[in-house]
Amino acid sequence: MRDAANRAASRGLRRTMNWLHLYARLLCAATLVLIAAGGMVTSTGSGLAVPDWPNTYGYFMFAFPLSKMVGGIFYEHGHRLIASIVGLLTIGLAVSLWRLDPRRWIRRLGVIALAAVILQGLLGGITVLYFLPTAISVSHAGLAEIFFCLTVALALFTSPGWRRAGAGRAHAPVADDRMLLGLATALPLLVYLQILVGATMRHTGAGLAIPDFPLVFGGLVPPVWTFPVAVHYGHRVGAVLTALVIMATVGRLLTRHRLRRDLVWPGGLLIVLVSAQIGLGGWTVLSGRSPVVNTAHVATGAALLGAALLLGLRVNRHRFPDARAAATRARPRTNVAEPAPRGALA
Amino acid sequence: MQQRQLWTVLSVLVLAAAAACGGGGGDAVPAATAPPAFDPATAGNLSGMVMFEGELPEAEELRMNSDPNCAELATNTLSNTFVGSDGHLGNVFVYVKEGLEGQRFPAPSESVAINQQGCRYTPHVMGIQVGQTLQITNSDPTLHNIHATPTANAEFNMGQPIQGMQFERTFENAEVMVPFKCDVHGWMNAYIGVLDHPYFAVTGVEGMFDISTLPPGDYVIEAWHEQLGTQTQNVTVATGQTAEVSFTFSS
Repeated sequence: MRDAANRAASRGLRRTMNWLHLYARLLCAATLVLIAAGGMVTSTGSGLAVPDWPNTYGYFMFAFPLSKMVGGIFYEHGHRLIASIVGLLTIGLAVSLWRLDPRRWIRRLGVIALAAVILQGLLGGITVLYFLPTAISVSHAGLAEIFFCLTVALALFTSPGWRRAGAGRAHAPVADDRMLLGLATALPLLVYLQILVGATMRHTGAGLAIPDFPLVFGGLVPPVWTFPVAVHYGHRVGAVLTALVIMATVGRLLTRHRLRRDLVWPGGLLIVLVSAQIGLGGWTVLSGRSPVVNTAHVATGAALLGAALLLGLRVNRHRFPDARAAATRARPRTNVAEPAPRGALA
Repeated sequence: MQQRQLWTVLSVLVLAAAAACGGGGGDAVPAATAPPAFDPATAGNLSGMVMFEGELPEAEELRMNSDPNCAELATNTLSNTFVGSDGHLGNVFVYVKEGLEGQRFPAPSESVAINQQGCRYTPHVMGIQVGQTLQITNSDPTLHNIHATPTANAEFNMGQPIQGMQFERTFENAEVMVPFKCDVHGWMNAYIGVLDHPYFAVTGVEGMFDISTLPPGDYVIEAWHEQLGTQTQNVTVATGQTAEVSFTFSS
């Protein structure tokens, strides 16, 4: 009788967690849209089209008439509205996790995501009020990617697959493959660094400092070294390096872990995204920084980071607390009573 | 008794300090700001022409459709960067760059105006004196932001969402030129030359300029164009005479 009640409760919790996972995915998608909207603000030079903050031309931001969303205001005010939606969704997710998820570290991660989105909003306001200082604008761009990573991680951690793996039903472990661990762990960091260099290039107006592509002033190395040329060239070198690391990672996956579909598909996605990203980068230069192409480059960069993080987290699944606990339970012990499971999520 | 004396001494010291800070400055300022002993009867004039060698680049057609109000209001959709006719170049800021050092010219009490009309700045190029009031008006039934991006003065960005709104600003330092832009309407831009003297002019479409009542002396005159850069020439202005100088830009 008690078993039946436990099973019913477990099923209910599972259903709730599945809904929470869908909600986290929605937040993740909304954040990607927000990053693209932010990209359009910078690409169209609309960052100061609304000179006040948090109001919009003296209006409470949600009361600003749609008919006045013209020119650069459409992008800047639209970005603020989408950011507000993301902020509200984040509050909802943090509260839901806090109330529903039995894993303390996930609950804390929800709170960190909420703090990050609040800080991000403040940085957005400061950058407007102080006329887009480069350091603040680059920080705003950098924190946007960190927040996106948090949403990707939360969507992954609330997924049924991740929870099953935590319960001890993992796929074949990759903990012994040190090379894959190293590559998959370094990759998100490398992509993030590459994005920061790109943001610096973008916010210092160095996007066209090297006007040709794929060559560099007709050669392989710039003939002159100014700051804009150096940061632009650094971004290109970073792109090549990132592509090489992605190829090495995916090569390792295909040769050693091709049965791990949960790892192979993010690897395949990485190949598609990095190819598109390099193409979009070149197109951005050749189009003279067309706002749409430039924004697509920014959004694809974020997606690339998300995919790299997804792969990195899955490869490192065994390091997480619930997986360690499951491994401990699975290990045969003598004279020690097996701890009782803490429900489906234990 | 002793306490009263102490308060008296302290009061005297405070008053003396106040007098030293305020009064001393007051004595110095008039001496420093007083215009030089310059008799307008001894003044000369400067006039000239700014030419463009070759065919003037065709004015770019501006796309104003990102704001339907602007698309409707616009009477002129051509860029103001290259204006002129028959080899003459307009919207060139001509001013005395050197030769007036040490002389002080108080800011005029009259303000100068820049207007946002038809989703364009009018005028596109203008000059103002340090401390003179700049009146900024939005005459359009749409909103604009006024974003000045100087390097020697304080940057500002203000919204004017309502038709007829006006703001006033002054500049504290000389700067050629202060760019103005509207971030709502990316095609709207203007340039204001800020000088510590009144000897400047902007050429019209016929490329001519006049700078009058200039103290006699030797000067360096600079002509500035937003895309063609700057040119300088030396000129001597004599009493009662009109010195002539011309500039020729090419692409």
